[in-house]
Amino acid sequence: MGVVLPTDDDLVAGLRAGDEETFACLLNGWSGSMLRLARSFVSTAASAEEVVQDTWLAVFQGIERFEGRSSLRTWVYRILVNIARRRGSAEQRTVPWASLEPDHDPTVDPGRFRGPDDQYPGGWLAFPERWPTTETEVLAREVRATVAAAIDSLPARQQVVLTLRDIDGQRAEDVCALLDISMANQRVLLHRARAAVRSRLERYFTTAGGES
Amino acid sequence: MTCAELVELVTAYLEGALDPETEQRFVEHLALCDGCDIYVEQMRRTIAEVGEVEPESLSGTTRDRLLDAFRTFPRD
Repeated sequence: MGVVLPTDDDLVAGLRAGDEETFACLLNGWSGSMLRLARSFVSTAASAEEVVQDTWLAVFQGIERFEGRSSLRTWVYRILVNIARRRGSAEQRTVPWASLEPDHDPTVDPGRFRGPDDQYPGGWLAFPERWPTTETEVLAREVRATVAAAIDSLPARQQVVLTLRDIDGQRAEDVCALLDISMANQRVLLHRARAAVRSRLERYFTTAGGES
Repeated sequence: MTCAELVELVTAYLEGALDPETEQRFVEHLALCDGCDIYVEQMRRTIAEVGEVEPESLSGTTRDRLLDAFRTFPRD
Protein backbone atom coordinates (compact mmCIF):
# COMPACT_ATOMS: atom_id res chain seq x y z
CA MET A 1 0.00 0.00 0.00
CA GLY A 2 2.00 2.92 -1.30
CA VAL A 3 5.48 4.04 -0.41
CA VAL A 4 6.69 4.00 3.16
CA LEU A 5 7.28 7.58 4.25
CA PRO A 6 9.52 8.86 7.05
CA THR A 7 7.88 9.56 10.43
CA ASP A 8 5.71 12.64 10.91
CA ASP A 9 8.44 14.29 12.99
CA ASP A 10 10.93 13.94 10.15
CA LEU A 11 8.41 15.07 7.55
CA VAL A 12 7.41 18.14 9.52
CA ALA A 13 11.03 19.02 10.22
CA GLY A 14 11.80 18.61 6.52
CA LEU A 15 8.93 20.86 5.44
CA ARG A 16 9.87 23.51 7.98
CA ALA A 17 13.49 23.44 6.89
CA GLY A 18 12.49 23.72 3.23
CA ASP A 19 13.84 20.29 2.32
CA GLU A 20 12.82 19.72 -1.29
CA GLU A 21 13.17 15.97 -1.16
CA THR A 22 10.67 15.75 1.69
CA PHE A 23 8.19 17.90 -0.16
CA ALA A 24 8.57 15.96 -3.43
CA CYS A 25 8.12 12.72 -1.54
CA LEU A 26 4.82 13.90 0.00
CA LEU A 27 3.68 15.37 -3.28
CA ASN A 28 4.19 12.06 -5.05
CA GLY A 29 2.79 9.94 -2.27
CA TRP A 30 -0.40 11.79 -1.42
CA SER A 31 -1.51 13.89 -4.40
CA GLY A 32 -3.28 10.99 -6.14
CA SER A 33 -5.74 10.28 -3.37
CA MET A 34 -6.03 14.03 -2.68
CA LEU A 35 -7.16 14.53 -6.28
CA ARG A 36 -9.77 11.86 -5.90
CA LEU A 37 -10.99 13.32 -2.64
CA ALA A 38 -11.12 16.83 -4.13
CA ARG A 39 -12.98 15.52 -7.16
CA SER A 40 -15.89 14.44 -4.94
CA PHE A 41 -16.50 18.07 -3.93
CA VAL A 42 -15.90 20.06 -7.09
CA SER A 43 -17.27 19.84 -10.60
CA THR A 44 -14.26 19.33 -12.86
CA ALA A 45 -10.91 17.56 -12.87
CA ALA A 46 -9.18 20.91 -13.47
CA SER A 47 -10.89 22.36 -10.45
CA ALA A 48 -9.81 19.37 -8.34
CA GLU A 49 -6.23 19.88 -9.44
CA GLU A 50 -6.40 23.50 -8.29
CA VAL A 51 -7.79 22.41 -4.94
CA VAL A 52 -4.85 20.06 -4.48
CA GLN A 53 -2.43 22.78 -5.53
CA ASP A 54 -3.96 25.30 -3.10
CA THR A 55 -3.83 22.69 -0.36
CA TRP A 56 -0.10 22.11 -0.80
CA LEU A 57 0.53 25.85 -0.81
CA ALA A 58 -1.45 26.18 2.42
CA VAL A 59 0.43 23.24 3.90
CA PHE A 60 3.94 24.53 3.49
CA GLN A 61 2.92 28.09 4.27
CA GLY A 62 1.17 26.96 7.44
CA ILE A 63 3.41 24.11 8.58
CA GLU A 64 4.68 26.22 11.50
CA ARG A 65 1.18 26.01 12.95
CA PHE A 66 1.01 22.21 12.82
CA GLU A 67 0.91 21.02 16.43
CA GLY A 68 0.91 17.28 15.95
CA ARG A 69 -2.48 16.72 17.54
CA SER A 70 -3.41 14.59 14.55
CA SER A 71 -1.19 12.84 12.06
CA LEU A 72 0.33 15.09 9.42
CA ARG A 73 -1.68 13.32 6.78
CA THR A 74 -4.99 13.93 8.57
CA TRP A 75 -4.04 17.58 9.01
CA VAL A 76 -3.24 17.97 5.29
CA TYR A 77 -6.40 16.19 4.18
CA ARG A 78 -8.53 18.35 6.48
CA ILE A 79 -7.11 21.46 4.87
CA LEU A 80 -8.00 19.94 1.51
CA VAL A 81 -11.57 19.19 2.53
CA ASN A 82 -12.03 22.77 3.76
CA ILE A 83 -10.69 24.24 0.54
CA ALA A 84 -12.68 21.78 -1.59
CA ARG A 85 -15.93 22.47 0.31
CA ARG A 86 -15.57 26.23 -0.15
CA ARG A 87 -14.85 25.76 -3.80
CA GLY A 88 -17.68 23.28 -4.26
CA SER A 89 -20.23 25.65 -2.81
CA ALA A 90 -18.85 28.51 -4.92
CA GLU A 91 -19.44 26.26 -7.92
CA GLN A 92 -22.88 25.57 -6.46
CA ARG A 93 -22.20 21.90 -6.53
CA THR A 94 -24.13 20.07 -3.84
CA VAL A 95 -21.71 18.49 -1.40
CA PRO A 96 -22.42 14.78 -1.62
CA TRP A 97 -21.19 13.98 1.88
CA ALA A 98 -23.76 16.18 3.59
CA SER A 99 -26.79 14.15 2.57
CA LEU A 100 -25.38 10.74 3.07
CA GLU A 101 -27.98 8.03 2.92
CA PRO A 102 -26.35 4.89 1.62
CA ASP A 103 -28.67 2.37 0.02
CA HIS A 104 -28.85 -1.16 1.31
CA ASP A 105 -29.47 -3.17 -1.83
CA PRO A 106 -27.66 -6.51 -1.92
CA THR A 107 -24.06 -6.31 -3.15
CA VAL A 108 -24.25 -9.80 -4.64
CA ASP A 109 -26.88 -10.62 -7.26
CA PRO A 110 -29.78 -12.28 -5.35
CA GLY A 111 -30.12 -14.62 -8.34
CA ARG A 112 -27.00 -16.41 -7.15
CA PHE A 113 -28.73 -17.63 -4.02
CA ARG A 114 -31.54 -20.14 -3.45
CA GLY A 115 -35.04 -18.74 -3.16
CA PRO A 116 -37.27 -18.66 -0.06
CA ASP A 117 -39.03 -21.93 -1.00
CA ASP A 118 -35.80 -23.86 -1.36
CA GLN A 119 -34.64 -26.34 1.25
CA TYR A 120 -31.68 -24.00 1.92
CA PRO A 121 -32.98 -20.49 1.34
CA GLY A 122 -30.23 -17.92 0.90
CA GLY A 123 -27.60 -20.55 0.15
CA TRP A 124 -25.36 -20.38 -2.93
CA LEU A 125 -26.92 -21.94 -6.04
CA ALA A 126 -23.38 -22.49 -7.28
CA PHE A 127 -20.24 -21.57 -5.35
CA PRO A 128 -18.13 -18.74 -6.72
CA GLU A 129 -15.36 -20.14 -8.93
CA ARG A 130 -11.87 -19.99 -7.51
CA TRP A 131 -9.63 -17.40 -9.14
CA PRO A 132 -6.25 -18.25 -10.66
CA THR A 133 -3.15 -16.71 -9.13
CA THR A 134 -1.60 -13.99 -11.23
CA GLU A 135 1.84 -15.45 -11.74
CA THR A 136 2.83 -13.69 -14.92
CA GLU A 137 3.52 -9.97 -15.11
CA VAL A 138 1.16 -9.66 -18.09
CA LEU A 139 -1.73 -11.13 -16.14
CA ALA A 140 -0.91 -9.03 -13.07
CA ARG A 141 -0.99 -5.92 -15.24
CA GLU A 142 -4.35 -6.89 -16.68
CA VAL A 143 -5.73 -7.43 -13.21
CA ARG A 144 -4.49 -4.01 -12.10
CA ALA A 145 -6.10 -2.40 -15.15
CA THR A 146 -9.37 -4.19 -14.40
CA VAL A 147 -9.29 -3.00 -10.80
CA ALA A 148 -8.44 0.57 -11.82
CA ALA A 149 -11.34 0.63 -14.30
CA ALA A 150 -13.68 -0.77 -11.65
CA ILE A 151 -12.65 1.93 -9.18
CA ASP A 152 -13.14 4.66 -11.79
CA SER A 153 -16.70 3.55 -12.42
CA LEU A 154 -17.71 3.62 -8.73
CA PRO A 155 -19.96 6.39 -7.38
CA ALA A 156 -17.80 9.26 -6.05
CA ARG A 157 -18.35 8.58 -2.35
CA GLN A 158 -17.48 4.90 -2.63
CA GLN A 159 -14.45 5.81 -4.70
CA VAL A 160 -13.17 8.19 -2.06
CA VAL A 161 -13.67 5.82 0.87
CA LEU A 162 -12.05 2.93 -1.02
CA THR A 163 -9.10 5.10 -2.01
CA LEU A 164 -8.50 6.45 1.48
CA ARG A 165 -8.90 3.06 3.16
CA ASP A 166 -7.54 0.46 0.76
CA ILE A 167 -5.06 2.41 -1.36
CA ASP A 168 -3.77 4.89 1.23
CA GLY A 169 -4.28 2.54 4.15
CA GLN A 170 -5.77 5.28 6.33
CA ARG A 171 -7.60 4.31 9.52
CA ALA A 172 -11.40 4.08 9.56
CA GLU A 173 -11.58 6.63 12.41
CA ASP A 174 -9.56 9.18 10.45
CA VAL A 175 -11.66 8.71 7.33
CA CYS A 176 -14.91 9.16 9.27
CA ALA A 177 -13.62 12.33 10.97
CA LEU A 178 -12.35 13.72 7.69
CA LEU A 179 -15.59 13.15 5.80
CA ASP A 180 -17.83 13.73 8.79
CA ILE A 181 -19.64 10.42 8.41
CA SER A 182 -20.47 7.67 10.90
CA MET A 183 -18.48 4.45 11.16
CA ALA A 184 -21.54 2.55 9.94
CA ASN A 185 -21.89 4.72 6.83
CA GLN A 186 -18.20 4.50 6.13
CA ARG A 187 -18.39 0.72 6.34
CA VAL A 188 -21.39 0.51 4.00
CA LEU A 189 -19.59 2.63 1.39
CA LEU A 190 -16.39 0.63 1.76
CA HIS A 191 -18.22 -2.67 1.53
CA ARG A 192 -20.20 -1.67 -1.55
CA ALA A 193 -17.03 -0.44 -3.24
CA ARG A 194 -15.09 -3.62 -2.47
CA ALA A 195 -17.98 -5.84 -3.54
CA ALA A 196 -18.29 -3.96 -6.83
CA VAL A 197 -14.58 -4.35 -7.56
CA ARG A 198 -14.73 -8.03 -6.59
CA SER A 199 -17.55 -8.58 -8.99
CA ARG A 200 -15.59 -6.91 -11.83
CA LEU A 201 -12.63 -9.14 -11.04
CA GLU A 202 -14.89 -12.18 -11.03
CA ARG A 203 -16.17 -11.26 -14.47
CA TYR A 204 -12.60 -10.81 -15.66
CA PHE A 205 -11.37 -14.12 -14.25
CA THR A 206 -14.32 -16.18 -15.45
CA THR A 207 -14.12 -14.80 -18.99
CA ALA A 208 -10.92 -13.42 -20.56
CA GLY A 209 -8.55 -13.92 -17.65
CA GLY A 210 -9.54 -17.52 -17.06
CA GLU A 211 -8.14 -18.59 -20.41
CA SER A 212 -4.56 -17.57 -19.84
CA MET B 1 -26.92 -16.99 8.98
CA THR B 2 -27.44 -17.67 5.27
CA CYS B 3 -24.83 -17.25 2.54
CA ALA B 4 -26.77 -14.26 1.18
CA GLU B 5 -26.56 -12.64 4.63
CA LEU B 6 -22.92 -13.50 5.18
CA VAL B 7 -21.68 -11.82 2.00
CA GLU B 8 -23.09 -8.50 3.21
CA LEU B 9 -21.14 -8.72 6.49
CA VAL B 10 -17.66 -9.38 5.13
CA THR B 11 -16.33 -5.84 5.58
CA ALA B 12 -17.86 -5.54 9.05
CA TYR B 13 -16.21 -8.86 9.89
CA LEU B 14 -12.81 -7.82 8.55
CA GLU B 15 -13.06 -4.54 10.48
CA GLY B 16 -13.88 -6.37 13.70
CA ALA B 17 -17.17 -4.49 13.85
CA LEU B 18 -19.58 -7.40 14.32
CA ASP B 19 -21.12 -7.96 17.73
CA PRO B 20 -19.72 -11.11 19.40
CA GLU B 21 -22.79 -13.23 18.72
CA THR B 22 -22.96 -12.33 15.02
CA GLU B 23 -19.22 -12.80 14.68
CA GLN B 24 -19.54 -16.28 16.18
CA ARG B 25 -22.25 -17.20 13.68
CA PHE B 26 -20.18 -15.73 10.87
CA VAL B 27 -17.13 -17.79 11.78
CA GLU B 28 -19.17 -20.96 12.26
CA HIS B 29 -20.83 -20.54 8.88
CA LEU B 30 -17.49 -19.87 7.23
CA ALA B 31 -15.96 -23.04 8.65
CA LEU B 32 -18.71 -25.17 7.10
CA CYS B 33 -19.35 -23.41 3.79
CA ASP B 34 -16.86 -23.62 0.93
CA GLY B 35 -18.81 -21.08 -1.14
CA CYS B 36 -18.59 -18.38 1.51
CA ASP B 37 -15.00 -19.29 2.28
CA ILE B 38 -14.15 -18.65 -1.38
CA TYR B 39 -16.15 -15.41 -1.33
CA VAL B 40 -14.34 -14.03 1.73
CA GLU B 41 -11.00 -15.07 0.24
CA GLN B 42 -11.89 -13.20 -2.95
CA MET B 43 -12.79 -10.09 -0.96
CA ARG B 44 -9.38 -10.26 0.74
CA ARG B 45 -7.74 -10.68 -2.64
CA THR B 46 -9.76 -7.73 -3.99
CA ILE B 47 -8.56 -5.52 -1.13
CA ALA B 48 -4.96 -6.54 -1.82
CA GLU B 49 -5.35 -5.85 -5.57
CA VAL B 50 -6.90 -2.44 -4.88
CA GLY B 51 -3.85 -1.66 -2.75
CA GLU B 52 -1.64 -2.28 -5.81
CA VAL B 53 -3.36 0.33 -7.97
CA GLU B 54 -1.28 3.36 -8.88
CA PRO B 55 -3.21 6.47 -7.89
CA GLU B 56 -3.61 9.22 -10.45
CA SER B 57 -1.12 12.06 -10.26
CA LEU B 58 -0.87 15.80 -10.62
CA SER B 59 -0.04 17.22 -14.03
CA GLY B 60 3.64 17.91 -14.58
CA THR B 61 2.94 21.64 -14.77
CA THR B 62 1.22 21.77 -11.39
CA ARG B 63 3.89 19.61 -9.81
CA ASP B 64 6.69 21.82 -11.14
CA ARG B 65 4.87 24.95 -10.05
CA LEU B 66 4.48 23.59 -6.52
CA LEU B 67 8.09 22.46 -6.25
CA ASP B 68 9.14 25.88 -7.45
CA ALA B 69 6.87 27.67 -4.96
CA PHE B 70 8.24 25.48 -2.16
CA ARG B 71 11.82 26.22 -3.17
CA THR B 72 11.33 29.98 -3.23
CA PHE B 73 9.07 30.25 -0.17
CA PRO B 74 10.73 32.69 2.27
CA ARG B 75 11.81 30.98 5.49
CA ASP B 76 13.75 32.45 8.35
